[in-house]
Amino acid sequence: MTKRSHISLSVNGDEYETLCEPDQSLVDVLRNELELTGTKEGCSTGDCGACSIRLDGDLVCSCLVLAVEAEGKEIETIEGMAPKSDELHPLQRHFLEINGLQCGICTPGILIAAKALLEKNSDPTETEIRFWLAGNLCRCTGYDKIIRSVQAAAEEMRKG
Amino acid sequence: MATQKKDLLGQRLTRLEDPPLILGQGNYAADINFPNQLHMRIVRSPYAHAKITSIDTAEAAAISGIVKIWTSHDIADLPPIDFRADKSSEELKPFRQNVLATDRVRYVGDPVVAIFAEDPYVAEDAADLVVINVEQLRVITSADDEPGEFDVGLSSEAGLLTHTYGDVDAAFAAADTVIELDLRTGRHSGVPMETRGAIGVYDADEDILKLYGAAKVPHRNRDTLVRMLGRDEDKIELHEGHTGGGFGIRGELYPEDVLVLVAAMRLGRSVKWIEDRQEHMMAANQGRNQHHLVKIAVDKDGMILGMEDEFFHDQGGYVRTHGANVPNRTMCMLTGAYNVPAYRALCHFRLTNKTPAATYRAPGRFESTFVRERLMDALAVKLGIDRIELRRRNLITSDQMPFSLNFDEPGVEDMEIDNGDYPQLLDKALNWLKWDEMEADLERRRAAGEMVGSGIGVFVEESGKGPSDGARISVDENGDIEILTGGASLGQGFETTMAQICANALGVDYQRITVIHGQTNLIPYGIGAHAARATVMTGSAVNVTALTLRTKALDLAAEMLQLPADSLDIVDGTVIVTDKSSGPSITLAEIARRNEEGLAAEDFHKTKESAFPYGIHFAVVKVDPETGSIDVERFMVAYDVGCMVNEMLLEGQLVGGCIQGIGGALYEEFVYSDEGEPMAVTFADYMIPTLDRVPTVECMITEDAPSPHNLLGLKGGGEGGINGVGAAIAGAIDQAVGIPGAITQLPVTPQRMKEILNNS
Ligand code: FES
Ligand code: FES
Repeated sequence: MTKRSHISLSVNGDEYETLCEPDQSLVDVLRNELELTGTKEGCSTGDCGACSIRLDGDLVCSCLVLAVEAEGKEIETIEGMAPKSDELHPLQRHFLEINGLQCGICTPGILIAAKALLEKNSDPTETEIRFWLAGNLCRCTGYDKIIRSVQAAAEEMRKG
Repeated sequence: MATQKKDLLGQRLTRLEDPPLILGQGNYAADINFPNQLHMRIVRSPYAHAKITSIDTAEAAAISGIVKIWTSHDIADLPPIDFRADKSSEELKPFRQNVLATDRVRYVGDPVVAIFAEDPYVAEDAADLVVINVEQLRVITSADDEPGEFDVGLSSEAGLLTHTYGDVDAAFAAADTVIELDLRTGRHSGVPMETRGAIGVYDADEDILKLYGAAKVPHRNRDTLVRMLGRDEDKIELHEGHTGGGFGIRGELYPEDVLVLVAAMRLGRSVKWIEDRQEHMMAANQGRNQHHLVKIAVDKDGMILGMEDEFFHDQGGYVRTHGANVPNRTMCMLTGAYNVPAYRALCHFRLTNKTPAATYRAPGRFESTFVRERLMDALAVKLGIDRIELRRRNLITSDQMPFSLNFDEPGVEDMEIDNGDYPQLLDKALNWLKWDEMEADLERRRAAGEMVGSGIGVFVEESGKGPSDGARISVDENGDIEILTGGASLGQGFETTMAQICANALGVDYQRITVIHGQTNLIPYGIGAHAARATVMTGSAVNVTALTLRTKALDLAAEMLQLPADSLDIVDGTVIVTDKSSGPSITLAEIARRNEEGLAAEDFHKTKESAFPYGIHFAVVKVDPETGSIDVERFMVAYDVGCMVNEMLLEGQLVGGCIQGIGGALYEEFVYSDEGEPMAVTFADYMIPTLDRVPTVECMITEDAPSPHNLLGLKGGGEGGINGVGAAIAGAIDQAVGIPGAITQLPVTPQRMKEILNNS
């Protein structure tokens, strides 16, 4: 067996130390070593966006990042999205109210990606939303209610 | 009982299932783990058709961490994957798939070896070291090809299937006009965002085998496993967790499900298998792959006299759990919403060396609606009759309902459409769309040089096929309510739908309801979630059970309050005197506490009849002559669902289905090389629609024809979004490029579009 590497990461503000294989993907380490299974894996080839997370603020596909590359970095996943345990992020609330999800397996990745968008651009046009989320596949919803959910959340967040 | 209150039905209630999902707390197959579990990896055939001469696993077995390696010899006692009981057919049995291939492999992806290891990475490494030696055989990649040998002495044409009624020859002899078309639908599949997964667990103390990651039809699969493994019904349990989409293909019984179960028992450890995306694209059921040679006979007014179809169904390497269901549904739904006095369909049900085919959302319907509506478009052009007018003339009218198709063949099930007013829906839809204005606008744009056009697809769907389903509902001492069903949830909103139906019938807050599904150990029966059955069958069962419980609660309350039961009502979980907000009352919780047997009921919905929703799809497309790419500018769905439970969830079903249909009409195709090599095994090659290229689908939902076969009038909504998409898009492209009949094959990829434009 190959030599396992020791890495330390910060995920949603919590510090973690773990061992991983040199070729192990970050999504695998998050899910199987750190037991943070909210991030999903739909393809492992960077094509579906289910594994979207933020790495030092950048939106990335965690299936394409080696866990060792995340050493010392700040990671944000769906588990850290709600500000408090009894309070949802506006995106989460509007996805729930507008039915922006069906089976829900694409949802963590889409929420993370949408949050990254709204932090960069608080008033995106529909076209901007469509292109920003074009890398996040959803097979259930037909996408329309996802767009409406993001728009509603953006509007609420702008009003503060 | 047509007077049953429906106050809560149709409302856009938010979903009960969402809170964990938006927090990342969903528990999908890959999220389920058991202590000390093994990981299974399947070595799949790299050959499309070959005789296995030997398999060498020695090098793989030498890797540390490998616990066991199985070939078919190690599980020679297991029968092939069986058909579901209601699909069993003696003639098709030789075409079933073995759990691991024995002496032949029949598609690239056919499971040959199963590796069990301590770690999934180790299992994968070992898989690369297995050597399968073969003698290659003739590969058949199309159902058009001359049939070959499925096995020694057994033709790869598994059967010739027919559906017939009326005097077809006389119809064609009397025809004023006959049109013949040659049409094809490509190979598509559901491709849910969650790949398949299965975890087998053996409880040795109780001698119970448990399968986690089950979906769609847990009870039916339990029954198949009982037959295959020779165990008692209570010794096999199927458990459904969260499921990441189904679309007909997820949750059927596959070889991998059987392997994890049997391995769990024989190796004494839990066994987990999670499919990777590439495997999914070559091992999970595919569908739609048909080639039709169809003709239609009409009189001088364009009234249909007869229809005849000969088609070739590409079944892939084996016949799976559904038997010949898809070609059969194709045949009985081909005449659709039209009066067709005489009809003959002949299907060549052929095995090929591609991934096995089975049901994918609106199985046989997406295909047959494409074929039928292509005929109508072609006829309209030939006869010079407006395409809407031609359709209207031929639609089955409401005074012909119920409308029966009685097939001549013994054993072929007749079809009785319960009700519907198709011309009415057409009128409503045209009004809603402002069709004439839309057409005039497109005409102007075409005159200005744009390649834009509109198309239409009219269809009937079948839903809620019986025979029966039941439910148990109980109120606990806190007033919380549990609905126990044998249904299944694939993400469509099953829990909310059931809770909303129950809350409506019983008079309680739906948020206090918990809905259980997909657990075969908790309830002995269950119809599952397939063929748009969940809302109609399980929903009706929940409705009748809630009504039974309501009567029970009112009788008990009458006694406790010393008032006549018929003066009482239940509002928000409390029995009150009808229409009085003050005065004597008692909560359901109190009744449950005071009554010795608590407060619970079990009841059943039984029917022999299906409910037939119907719809019309309209597409507006724009073709780019430079690139051949096609932009769907608008897509509109008009759909009559009989009775709507939750408008928001139904829209979700229709829009989601529609976008899947657009994928099948324009982008998605499982292409194979001449050697049977699958060319689309990633999302880069199998292109499902993305957000930047889909329209906002507009929906008009009506409730004009509630089904007479259940108390609420429910009809299914799961397949109405996808059924007519291929048809409508094809018609729209024809008009956009100004070439009638241009589209004969789906998907219309940019390459195909360019070719059509270049050849014109
Ligand atoms: S799993 Fe990473 S993009 Fe699909
Ligand atoms: S909700 Fe199922 S894939 Fe998006």
